[in-house]
Amino acid sequence: MAHEASALQLVLSADPALMAIVWLSLMISMAAVALATLIGLPVGAAVALTRFPGREAVIVTLNALMGLPPVVVGLAVYLLLSRSGPLGSWGLLFTPKAMVIAQTILVAPIIAALARQTIEDLWVEYRDELAALNVGPFRRVATLIWDARFSLITVLLAGFGRAAAEVGAIIVVGGNIEGFTRTMTTAIALETSKGDLPLAMGLGIVLITIVILVNALAWTARRAGERFAG
Amino acid sequence: MRMLAFDLPIVLHDISVFARNVAILDRVQLDLMPGAPTVVIGPNGAGKTTLLRVAMGLVAPAGGQVTWGGRSGVPPARRAIVFQRPVMLRRSAAANIEYALSSAGVARREWPARVEELLSIVGLSGLGARPARRLSGGEQQRLALARALARDPEVLFLDEPTASLDPAATKAIEDVIRAVAARNIKVVMSTHDLGEARRLAGEIVLMHRGRVLESTPVAQFFESPKSQEARRFIAGDLLV
Ligand SMILES: Nc1ncnc2c1ncn2[C@@H]1O[C@H](COP(=O)(O)OP(=O)(O)OP(=O)(O)O)[C@@H](O)[C@H]1O
Ligand SMILES: [Mg+2]
Repeated sequence: MAHEASALQLVLSADPALMAIVWLSLMISMAAVALATLIGLPVGAAVALTRFPGREAVIVTLNALMGLPPVVVGLAVYLLLSRSGPLGSWGLLFTPKAMVIAQTILVAPIIAALARQTIEDLWVEYRDELAALNVGPFRRVATLIWDARFSLITVLLAGFGRAAAEVGAIIVVGGNIEGFTRTMTTAIALETSKGDLPLAMGLGIVLITIVILVNALAWTARRAGERFAG
Repeated sequence: MRMLAFDLPIVLHDISVFARNVAILDRVQLDLMPGAPTVVIGPNGAGKTTLLRVAMGLVAPAGGQVTWGGRSGVPPARRAIVFQRPVMLRRSAAANIEYALSSAGVARREWPARVEELLSIVGLSGLGARPARRLSGGEQQRLALARALARDPEVLFLDEPTASLDPAATKAIEDVIRAVAARNIKVVMSTHDLGEARRLAGEIVLMHRGRVLESTPVAQFFESPKSQEARRFIAGDLLV
């Protein structure tokens, strides 16, 4: 039980090194979810509400991209950003920005695919009423996103879960540099392989707690919102 | 009293609509003229809903042409419909009406008074704050009518507007329909209630299997129906 005890001690003592790691992890995952939403939500809405040749193929591709293997994305971003790569001059490799880029690529298809389904389902339901009310295309999109907002929160949570849990992409492009690019998941991977189980477990506990807290918060917001909007 | 509607007559000229090669409207010819309500009757599946949707401009016919006040192409804005199964937006009852007001271009400062007025017209005063989707079926039907009236339409389509209402609400809605018609708003409605058809209609349109069998002034329809089918329908033994 020694491991568990010292893990708890680390967490409870709010060890500064540990707190820095937790903070960086959160910042990276939240930035990635925010960027992925800016990309994925319009794409999902556009695919949901327009008809064009090859649409089915786009939907299948989006759905498939939800399962992108993180290490492969990490490798691709690594090749892009490495000194000899096309974007090598940006000097981003092994920085938190590179990690945000990699996670954005992982999360954007999840948000696009799930938002597409959510918005399209609501569109099928609302189509006649909105047509009868002579609602224009711009307002139509705004209405659907607004009225689907509680389901879309769940979509964002799925994206956040993916970002917070993954290690394969960010360890490749971030490098797990102490005090700079070390996150909870990369540290857990490293400490476990080094045999420092207390730190790994402490981080694991914090990670799971955060994910639960975020979901609980979203759930509460959703319930409160639904009570007023139905 | 307003001017006679500009979007009338609505003329359906030789309209056909197909679903999987079956004609659900079969070369329909119909003029919707200004005046008392036109009531569309006929057995289940006769094509009443499809007819209303074509006249509303929501379904593009495969054959034929619809004109509104002599114009074809884009249907006029001043029209509204209450669907057979209306869909409530995920908002409060009042916000559903506000949405219709805003999409009709009504200034925001007029909303509160209009919402109150419309809720009271359909007998839903006091329910404005309730989430619309938690209202009962009949209440949703009435809210949908309020939402349609919010557009201040020239033509109002009602697809079985009293089908899920209790007797008191039915009477109230029939009174609303009469009041609406008295303001020179053209009402085009479907119903399965022959008593209601008799009470409200200026003209009866009888449909059967995608065709308009007759369109006749109401008194004539019930006293001396032209077609064999009409006699059987009134007697209650015309089936799909
Ligand atoms: N999109 C569609 N696809 C296939 N069949 C359809 C479609 N829309 C309507 N139909 C068919 O066309 C026929 C007419 O439908 P419609 O809804 O207009 O009938 P209705 O007279 O309104 O019937 P009810 O009294 O039951 O409301 C029905 O047989 C229906 O099944
Ligand atoms: Mg119908």
